[in-house]
Order: sequence, then structure tokens, then C-alpha cells
Amino acid sequence: MTENTQKISRADVEKVAKLARLQPSEAEVEEFTRQLGAILEYVEKMNELDTEGVEPLAHCLPVSNVFRDDEVKESLGTDKTLANAPQRDGDFFRVPKILDDSNA
Amino acid sequence: MSGELLNLSCVELRDKIASGQVSSVEATKAIFSAIDRNEPYIGAYISTFKEQALEKAKEVDEKIASGKAVGPLGGVPIAIKDVLCTTFGATTCASKILENFHAPYNATVVQKLLDADAVIVGKTNLDEFAMGSSTENSGLKQTVNPWDTTRVPGGSSGGSASAVAARMCFAALGSDTGGSIRQPASFCGVVGLKPTYGRVSRYGLVAYGSSLDQIGPLTKTVGDTALMLNIIAGHDSNDSTSVDESIAPLADYTAELEKPIEGLKIGVVRKLNSGADEPIKKAIDEAIGVYKNLGTEIVEIEMPHFDYAIASYYMVATAEASSNLARYDGVHYGHRTAEPRDYIEVYSKSRQEAFGKEVQRRIMLGTYALSSGYYDAYYLKALKVRNLIRGDFVKAYEKCDCIVMPISPTTAFKIGEKIADPLTMYLSDIYTIAANLAGVPAISIPCGFDGDELPVGLQILGPNFTESKLLRIARMFESKTNYHKRFPELVTS
Repeated sequence: MTENTQKISRADVEKVAKLARLQPSEAEVEEFTRQLGAILEYVEKMNELDTEGVEPLAHCLPVSNVFRDDEVKESLGTDKTLANAPQRDGDFFRVPKILDDSNA
Repeated sequence: MSGELLNLSCVELRDKIASGQVSSVEATKAIFSAIDRNEPYIGAYISTFKEQALEKAKEVDEKIASGKAVGPLGGVPIAIKDVLCTTFGATTCASKILENFHAPYNATVVQKLLDADAVIVGKTNLDEFAMGSSTENSGLKQTVNPWDTTRVPGGSSGGSASAVAARMCFAALGSDTGGSIRQPASFCGVVGLKPTYGRVSRYGLVAYGSSLDQIGPLTKTVGDTALMLNIIAGHDSNDSTSVDESIAPLADYTAELEKPIEGLKIGVVRKLNSGADEPIKKAIDEAIGVYKNLGTEIVEIEMPHFDYAIASYYMVATAEASSNLARYDGVHYGHRTAEPRDYIEVYSKSRQEAFGKEVQRRIMLGTYALSSGYYDAYYLKALKVRNLIRGDFVKAYEKCDCIVMPISPTTAFKIGEKIADPLTMYLSDIYTIAANLAGVPAISIPCGFDGDELPVGLQILGPNFTESKLLRIARMFESKTNYHKRFPELVTS
């Protein structure tokens, strides 16, 4: 496999990692660039096919929106919902401060 | 006695339990001693539930003793892939991010097994979030192939397949997004069915590629697969993609299993089969010969877009995965990094620390395919190609009742052989992926062994919601052959 297939650059990989909320190391960015490049090059095989006028198929069954009656039903409840929280504060999920005091 | 007991099918065991020849407690104890002996080197299970299983077994035995009715899996020990939510034990998806996650509800299929009086013995290993073809991507442990412990069991349902083959359960549930039931079934010499998309509720199946994922059984026999499908199939109001039974009626999949299909026409794609290794080609040709001897007509068909299935799949599946796995945010459940500098690090550092490499790779690939500027070229193009592939099936089924082909171009490969090069690993999915893209049902059944005594699987694919027929076609082959009666010799038995 060639070192860099140019399908995707280091900068692209860094951008995608940021969008996907991942923090790969320098070495990992290098590795992903090479591997994703090879995969994308393979994927471009699809361009051999003329898909003009072909409908995209997102779902293989003919489904439409499914509605249910608007009935009140039992839900999980606070304790079950919060049982797996990494940090809990009473009836809340605890997270670090989101707004800077200076912006308040 | 214990060896014979462990070799029984689910149907045989259930009938023996019902008639009092064996108790469920005996069968469950036999399974746990098999686990004690073999699990240390097979590594099929992430968790086991001995106490709870014996309690359930006792309950079933008592029901039978007092003349009460029991469910269709009355007292039979079953394993489930650890990608299905359970209120008991953890639901890990073989990921460090969910290592300590305890689901608040049971997946619909799990509840259905319990209602059918199955004894759930444990949860099996997999490639992290079902992403892989060898179970080597598990973030928690390694599983090996019981036929050769230097080889992979296949994946991603590798734990389920190896547990059935090593007789550490009587049957198991798996999930199949691109071949994850059928390929490990083939590598481990057991039966594995991916039902039609929508036949089985996905409620409580941790999502990977939601338009492709489907739950199905791994068993020793076609009859057991029919029995398991009877239990798990059906509409579920908790999964709006599970099909309304007025549109696709359910059947008793066991009812006419022994009745061969008259005037059966099997489609064969010559060009495709030639891509497999020699021993596999030979086994598939012999299997076609078995059908010919039964009076089946063999029809040559073409699947002109089959070659593009991998390319389409790795865009569609990863795009869906990147969206599905966005929920692991370190806030609501799962791993959270110890000392985040800010709230962004709660997300990104938690995810970086706990997702394995393959999961990260697929999230990145999918994010890229969906990102601005690339969406049309990759994701949309892949969906159009997907439609062409579905068209291939529609056309093929005008000429035949089902299609026969290999499951994999090779038998079980060596541990470490393909893991370094993701693309090579992806390419091994060539025969299984199209069924998921098109939604059609497909089964793997044992059809031979290669020169290293490794099992070969035969894949049979049918039109949507024709599982009854598909199982009968599979049974026609099974009833004329003995491959399904062979079990791996274990180091300790």
C-alpha cells in the first residue's frame, strides 16, 4: 500500500476527529490518514457505476412514520435513568461548568 | 453421559426435559462444568450467571413436576451476545466505554427467551460494538476458535459461535450487520441465521448500523434455528422498524421443516464463487451436487453489482455508526475521563480513552462520509449503489427460489493475520454484506471441512420474509449430510 493515497489529508483527519469528538495522538492521526486513505480509495470503486436516476435507498423496507396513540405510559423514572450516570448530583447529571463566569 | 447430553440439540433437550428424562438443572450444571473446563482457553463469555441460571432451571423443573405448561425452550441453557440489553449483569458491547453499564430494561428478544422458559447462562464476547469480522476487536478479551485455538472464531458474534461449537450452551443469539452471525457460524461449524430486516425487534440491541442490524440465532441444527426464530420473531411496538404482521405474516417455522420444496430452483453466481479458496469452492460445488440429487434445478444467475457491496456497506454502516455512537458522551452513562479540563473534554477524552481503534476508525470514516462537501460523493452514492444491489436480488429471485454461495472466501484465519490491515479485513466480508444492504434473509449451514479440518459454511439467501422456505431448503441439505453432527475435539472434555 502506498504511503499517502491523497484521498484524505492529515488536516482532514484532524478535522473529522474534532467533529467526532475524538482526540487521536499525532501517531494515531498519521495511522488513520493512511488507513482511511486506503479505504476511501477502495470505496471510490463505486464511481465505476452510473447511478444517474437511481434513487438512494436509506432503508430496505417501505416504511413511513409510525405513530402511536397519545397515551400516558409508565416511564423509566429518575432513579433508573440516573443509575448509570458517571457523576450524579441529586436528580441531575453532573458535568463541568459549561459557561465561563466572564460570559455570564 | 455428560458428553452426550451436551451434544443434544435444543429440540431434543427440551423434549427430554419435558418428559422427565433429564432435568433442566442437570443440563444447566453440565453446561457450567463445560464452561469451567473449556472457557479458560476458549474465552467465549464476557459474563456468566450460574446462580440465576440454576434458579431458573429449578423453576422450570418444578413447573414440569407439578404438571404446569412450560415455554417452547423449557429449561434449555442459552447464551446471548453481549450487545443485547439485560437487567441482569452488565451490557458491555465488549467496549471499555460500557464496561460497567447496567441496562435498565431487557431487550425484547431477551424477554422473549425468558418468557419461553430459556435458561440464560451468560453473555458472549464480540468485536467491540459488533464492528469486526474476527472478534479480535473486543475491548475486553480474546475468543478463539474451538476447532483450532490458534485461529479466530469469526466475528462479530464470535463468542456466540464458539460457545455453541464448544458446547458451552445449546444455542445463542447474535446480531448481524454485515455477516456477524453467518460468518462466525461458518468459521465454527454451526448454523446461523440473519432474518429479514424487520422480522425481529431490535429494541434493546445496542445500535451499530440501524438500517442493517438484525438479531438472529446460532444453533447446532436448522431445526433449532427454526425453534429460536419462532420465539424471537414478530412485531414490537418498541421498534417501529419491526414489520407489521399483517404485511409480513409470521409462521410456525418448525411446522413444515421436514417437507422438501418441490420444483426447487437454486440460483448460482458462477463468477462470484470462483473468488473463494479451492476447498471452499469444492465444498460449495458438492453442496450444489447434493441439491441436484434431490431433483433441484440449478439456475445460473448474475449479480452485476455484487462487487460494489463492500464499498457501499462501509459508507452506509459507518455513517450510521458515527451517528449512533455519538450517544457515548461521558455524561449519561459509560466511561467518563477522570479529570476533564472542560466540558468538551468530557466528550472527546472519554471517547478517546474508551473506544478501541476499529470503533474510532469507523466513527471517523462515517463522519467523513457525512461531512459537508463529501456527502454526495460518498454517502449518497453508497445509498444509490445499495439500491442497485437490492435490484440485483429482485431480478435474481424472478428466476430462482434462493441463491447459494460461500459465506467467506477463506475458512477461519489465524489470530493476528488480518488485524493490522483494516481494508483486508473488510474485504473478507464480500459474500455476506449484500444481504444486509438488501435486507434479505440468509443462513449459513455447515457444508464441509478444508484440509486443516476447519469447517466450511454454505450460504443460502432468500427473498424478504421467506424464512419458512429458506429453513426448509437448508434442512433439505442438512438431512442428507452429516457435517452438522461433527463437533470440535476440545482440549478437556
